[in-house]
Amino acid sequence: MTYLHHVLDHLRKDLRLEWRSRDSINGMLFFALLVVVVFGLAFDPAGYPTTTRQISGGVLWVALLFASITALNLSWARELRNQVLEAQRMAPAPASALFVGKALANMLFVLVVEAFLAPIFIVFFNLHVLGNVWLLALILPLGTWALVVNGTFFAALGLRARNRELLLPLLLLPISLPALLAMVQATTGVLTADLDAIQINTWIKQLVGYDIIFTTICILLFETVLNAE
Amino acid sequence: MPQEMSTAATTRPATLANAVQLDSVSKIYGSFAALRNVSTTFSAGSCTVILGENGAGKSTLLRVVAGLINPTRGSVTIFSESPHQQRRRMAYMSHSPMLYDELTAMENLTYFAGLHRSGGCACVGSPEMALRAVGLDPGLNRPVGQYSQGMRQRTSLARVLQSDPELLLLDEPFSNLDAASAQHMVELLADFRTWPVLGGGSRTILMTTHQTALAKPLADNTLTMRNGQVLGPEGGE
Repeated sequence: MTYLHHVLDHLRKDLRLEWRSRDSINGMLFFALLVVVVFGLAFDPAGYPTTTRQISGGVLWVALLFASITALNLSWARELRNQVLEAQRMAPAPASALFVGKALANMLFVLVVEAFLAPIFIVFFNLHVLGNVWLLALILPLGTWALVVNGTFFAALGLRARNRELLLPLLLLPISLPALLAMVQATTGVLTADLDAIQINTWIKQLVGYDIIFTTICILLFETVLNAE
Repeated sequence: MPQEMSTAATTRPATLANAVQLDSVSKIYGSFAALRNVSTTFSAGSCTVILGENGAGKSTLLRVVAGLINPTRGSVTIFSESPHQQRRRMAYMSHSPMLYDELTAMENLTYFAGLHRSGGCACVGSPEMALRAVGLDPGLNRPVGQYSQGMRQRTSLARVLQSDPELLLLDEPFSNLDAASAQHMVELLADFRTWPVLGGGSRTILMTTHQTALAKPLADNTLTMRNGQVLGPEGGE
């Protein structure tokens, strides 16, 4: 229970900091909107509805992936300002609670962006979902967690690096490829109805497996990363 | 080059337990030695002021004791255990306020008090009392980012005091403070040393400063550092 309290303390703090500054959400939203608008103009969704449906899953996740990178770097930059991270390291609370709290906060920020982005995305890409739309309510959070949990971890790994803004995408993109493949395939499968329920379930199961494995690894290694010199 | 020496930084009876013990501690960054073979002890209940020019290794010494950096060679023990195992019993205040600019002082302190929670209760002093003790209004509804440097410094002191530490590490605590505030801080630290420790024991303070005159009333011992080495009491070799 104490661990849960610590996680909630960190989560509340990150939500409060974001509420006061709105840096992460504004940055992500602006970036994701730009990507959606640019792709929407480039592919002529009204003229090629089938092609649009086939690529829209990929476009959505690429927009979210790049947008979340901006927020992930920012979430740790707050801890570096005024050397607050050193106070965190001196605290007797478990280091992994800080990680879990921050990953949950980042997850909420990205979900807020997704909630704003989804209707705009549907309008710009002139989308008519042909599959079971409710599956997206499972795929989007699972995919978001896959991006956020690794992103939060690798952003922390690059904290002491000189080029940490560059380091995060270099580390995050290759490691996210299996998850990205699963979330794009599952999303496209729902949008186009090209995949049957079993195939979509297989991709979702892969996403769940990826989330469990990487969440466990990140939690176990976080204290080492936090205290590395 | 000054002769390397071991220094017992206390004039108290040798029977008192050591709060901090450093054995042949060196910290080397690339080709620069920030600490060179430092061996010293700090008795429980003592207040030691560490003096030295900029770059002498004072802050590095405190950060090694705090467990924020690992020594390249040698060992550090706090109450006979490693610094990481004694986090609950010590607190560290640096030049930087170590506070979130966007939060109020009360929000900052409540958050950090929560991190000291164990077994469902936050077993630390009240953030309100800590803020009042350093002369700040707990009801002040301005984010810390809008505070003056002196107010930030006092909030930072409140942050460390509320965790009720047995070992208090202070890195330049009087910087950015006006004369009256600095004097108030000295009185507060003198009072802090008299606060009873849960389960017995006494409070130990290690402090670096350039303002020797201010720290003198507090100091049981004075250490001087130069080029990463401890020279001994009052700069003596």
